[in-house]
Amino acid sequence: MKLPVFLFSKSTMTTLTLQAAVIGIIFYAAHGLLVNTQANLEARNIASGFGFLSLESGMPISNSLLPYSPADSYGFAFFIGIINTLYVAFLGIILATLLGILIGVARVSGNWLISKLAEIYVEVLRNVPLLLVLFFTYSIALAALPIPKKSLMPFQGFFLNNRGIYLPRPIPESGFLIVCLAVLTGIVAAFLIHWYATRLHRETGRIIPSFTIGVTAMVTIPAIAWWVTGGPLAWEFAVLKGFNFTGGLVIRPEFSALMTGLVLYTAAFIGENVRSGIQSVATGQINSSKALGLPAGLTMRKVILPQALRVIIPATTNDYTSLVKNSSLAVAIGYPDMVSIGGTIIGQNDQAIEVIAMWMGVYMTINLIVSIIMNWLNARVQHIGR
Amino acid sequence: MTISPDASKELHVFKPMPDLPAPLESVGIIGWLKGNLFSSKINSLLTFAALLFLWKAVPPLISWTIIDATWSLSSTPDPTPKTGACWTFIFVKFRVLMVGLYPQELLWRPILAFVIFGVVCVLTALRRLQTRLLIALWFFLPLPLFFLINGGIGLEIVEQSLWGGLMLSTGLAAIGIIMSIPLGILLALGRRSNMVIVKSLCIGIIESIRGVPLITILFMASVMLPIFLPRGMNINNLLRVQIGIILFSSAYIAEVVRGGLQAISQGQIEAAASIGLKNWTITYFIVLPQALRHVIPSLIGRCVALFKDTSLVIIVGLLDFLGMIKASAQDPEWLGYDAEAYVFCALIYWIICFSMSQYGKSIEHRNQWS
Amino acid sequence: MVITALSFIMMVSTVWSGTLEDIQKKGFLTCGISEGVPGFSIPDSTGQWKGFDVDMARAVAAAVLSDPQKIKFVSLASKQKIIAVSSGQVDLTSRTTTWTLKRDAKQGVDFTKIVFYDGQGFMISKSLGVDSATKIDGATVCVTAGTTSELNLADFARANGLKIEALVFDGKKEALNAYATGRCDCFTTDVSQLASLRTTLAKPEDHQIMPEVISKEPLAPLVRHGDNQWKDIVTWVINGLIAAEENGITAANVLEKKETSNNPVVQRMLGKSGDTGSYLGLDADWLVRAIQAVGNYGEIYDRHFGPSTKLNIPRGVNKLWTQGGLQYALPIR
Repeated sequence: MKLPVFLFSKSTMTTLTLQAAVIGIIFYAAHGLLVNTQANLEARNIASGFGFLSLESGMPISNSLLPYSPADSYGFAFFIGIINTLYVAFLGIILATLLGILIGVARVSGNWLISKLAEIYVEVLRNVPLLLVLFFTYSIALAALPIPKKSLMPFQGFFLNNRGIYLPRPIPESGFLIVCLAVLTGIVAAFLIHWYATRLHRETGRIIPSFTIGVTAMVTIPAIAWWVTGGPLAWEFAVLKGFNFTGGLVIRPEFSALMTGLVLYTAAFIGENVRSGIQSVATGQINSSKALGLPAGLTMRKVILPQALRVIIPATTNDYTSLVKNSSLAVAIGYPDMVSIGGTIIGQNDQAIEVIAMWMGVYMTINLIVSIIMNWLNARVQHIGR
Repeated sequence: MTISPDASKELHVFKPMPDLPAPLESVGIIGWLKGNLFSSKINSLLTFAALLFLWKAVPPLISWTIIDATWSLSSTPDPTPKTGACWTFIFVKFRVLMVGLYPQELLWRPILAFVIFGVVCVLTALRRLQTRLLIALWFFLPLPLFFLINGGIGLEIVEQSLWGGLMLSTGLAAIGIIMSIPLGILLALGRRSNMVIVKSLCIGIIESIRGVPLITILFMASVMLPIFLPRGMNINNLLRVQIGIILFSSAYIAEVVRGGLQAISQGQIEAAASIGLKNWTITYFIVLPQALRHVIPSLIGRCVALFKDTSLVIIVGLLDFLGMIKASAQDPEWLGYDAEAYVFCALIYWIICFSMSQYGKSIEHRNQWS
Repeated sequence: MVITALSFIMMVSTVWSGTLEDIQKKGFLTCGISEGVPGFSIPDSTGQWKGFDVDMARAVAAAVLSDPQKIKFVSLASKQKIIAVSSGQVDLTSRTTTWTLKRDAKQGVDFTKIVFYDGQGFMISKSLGVDSATKIDGATVCVTAGTTSELNLADFARANGLKIEALVFDGKKEALNAYATGRCDCFTTDVSQLASLRTTLAKPEDHQIMPEVISKEPLAPLVRHGDNQWKDIVTWVINGLIAAEENGITAANVLEKKETSNNPVVQRMLGKSGDTGSYLGLDADWLVRAIQAVGNYGEIYDRHFGPSTKLNIPRGVNKLWTQGGLQYALPIR
């Protein structure tokens, strides 16, 4: 349904005049901006264009997922930033969703103490700035952890110190490919089982425990392959050498602090969505499904969840896009995301316009993708109810 | 067989027996406990886990913040090793945290501004004033307060690089919201217009601002704006950041207002049009007042969000409340008081944001009932 | 809506004038400085900025506006120091900035006169028992983003085949703080700043500055590219301060020297003869005021880095050329 134009729809004439005026103003302003910008750039001897991207950056980047050295170009450095941003966003969304669901379910739990604790969590986290949460997690990460020589070792091969969390790095040996294939087979098998169970249910009304069978298939097939090939993975452990640990997988404190802060903060918002979603389902429905003798798990899966998701998903889409945008606060605690690296590139080249345009392009693309996926999910959820 | 008259006298009247008292385990404290904490095995387990958590977490917290804490008003750090919080740090830094480097001898001006601002907030919260008066008050409030803090008209001018602390955060957020409401309404109306150019322009502005983080907008305002402006025309950093915040906020407010506009039924507009009202009259007198009333709770939600977001100005070099907290925690004479600084900061932010969101909720309730 | 607002701004027709006129019209000088490096620029307990860089800027304000106090300081992060000048946010940046070709030729700024010859070094905790920068293979090093230090560090690691993990922070304070908490093994920046920042650590005696100096860091105030008159003024005020030391003119004796000196060089400098001021667009007393306000180069150095200060940085190459240093004033005539 579309409302008429309130402001200007008196007649086509006025509309046309107004639009023409708007176009005029846009062109006038754009022209003015262009002239000013060009004059300013020229007067200050600042280059323009994206040529600088191919120059050698010379800047070091800690926390890089791909091999990077200062001899690489600015373009590649920026790309590392994009990868880091994507990594934080992706992992953050998954973890925040899991914690958020937990918080939301705790909020509506029949257990008074648990629901109060969850409420306190939500109200505290939602009413302080994220930047403060990040400063807090970072200073705790630095203050609470020891120097490398006094590392904590909770398990053999795991080290905790203020340079990061060190884990053993898996090194695939021959036969690892078979295990990978087995994992894939397991997933496909689970899908097939699910598809078969759905059809069986639709045609005959019989219910088979497809979920349990599926999970079993996903676990056992790779396990057998693993056992047959004789565990084709070696582990590289981190060793203290000189100043730092070398080898192994390392998670830097900047990354852990950023991730912890983002997840804790976003989970509070997602938890609220989950709560309002669950509470939007009429209690009558839950009572009647109990009266029909549906077990609690089935009530959740077949009655509450499909309806709650319709409320949860649209609200959560917004929180996901906020999380992506909020990951830019990494700059405040020294994690080299796209904004942080871009900022350094601006500092070295002064080509602010180009870098800011690149930032905007990347953020909008990521958020567009998130929105598309979530809208697709939303459309599917809306169908189930009908 | 006939019914004897005697028998009719012995009419069987149904006399209910007195109610049995409810089972002991479903009333009173025990009932509450059973219903809310120990209703099942899992619940009991969770309850014990939560109790254990509280037992481990709460007493140390209380002893750190209150019992073992230092409350002295001295001006130098306590040399003895501490087990509790040292609130002396906050007392010493209090002025900087509130008003930044604002000159000591002119302190009465920000204090007066805080009082006026506080009174207006309380008046708003108590709903003692007419709505129209209240709106007018909020829109004209920034001007006198700005003069009070900035100086001019007979008052000594205090340069803006000295402003900071909570004063700066509140100012940026308040002016940001007040200025962005009219802008946001215009953007929302433009987005619903059927003039293609106006509509696409508004959609373009709204979506491109909402698609990027506030940081990039602040960077843009702080770094790019000067390049766009004609030569010789300078806007100081604070104003540039304020412009960035206003633009950012108006895009979000436009979306909130759009939600309100969509809630107005088509019938009302048609009815208004059929009695011969002009389009702008319909918009101004019928659609907007209702739409805005609908969205007041969400607008307050935006206020909370924007107030939290102003903490990002630290990244373009302004020292707002959080910026001052961080700078104070890095003062070489007062190293090692990060925890106190951040806890105090969180407390202040929380009190302000929580009371705003509670106010928003109360309005929502009132709207639902009326 | 935004566009309308912008077009309004556009309609405000402004005539662009030189920086000097701008400053004289608005009545104060805007100067970018650091976020707080003891000795160079740091606010004292009353909120007044003090330091070597600050005094250089005050000398310029005294020469141009006849009042060293008519100056607004804007604290800039390393990343912003160039762009703040090129975008016109500040008239002048006096902030431990290294003169490099790229900045000079490509980034829209002009450098004036080198006020401090510095070099990059490393600070490390004594407890680690490392005495040379060439032995820091595998170490984590804290550095500030957008500085030459960041680039030099990468160069140094590559040249010496060291594997160094650089941890880059936005601000100097953040970087130093991370070093203090042990997040990094080393902290790197210019040697003079290392000395000054070391004094702010909890136990300065636990940290040492390693002997290697890995780069040349000529520090100079910078102005916007393309305003030659303004660049000349800043260049020659600093020249004048060095020349004053060469000729034994101090804050205390400058007025006396102006009246009594028979030395034609001194007479020209102080406006007794010739009209050096008018070449710069200033009056005859420009240098007298600058010297009165902050003293000569040597006095400024001693006030902030000299033996009586906590920092006590030896003058080294910053001595006058007559004493074996590099500071050399161009002839004022």
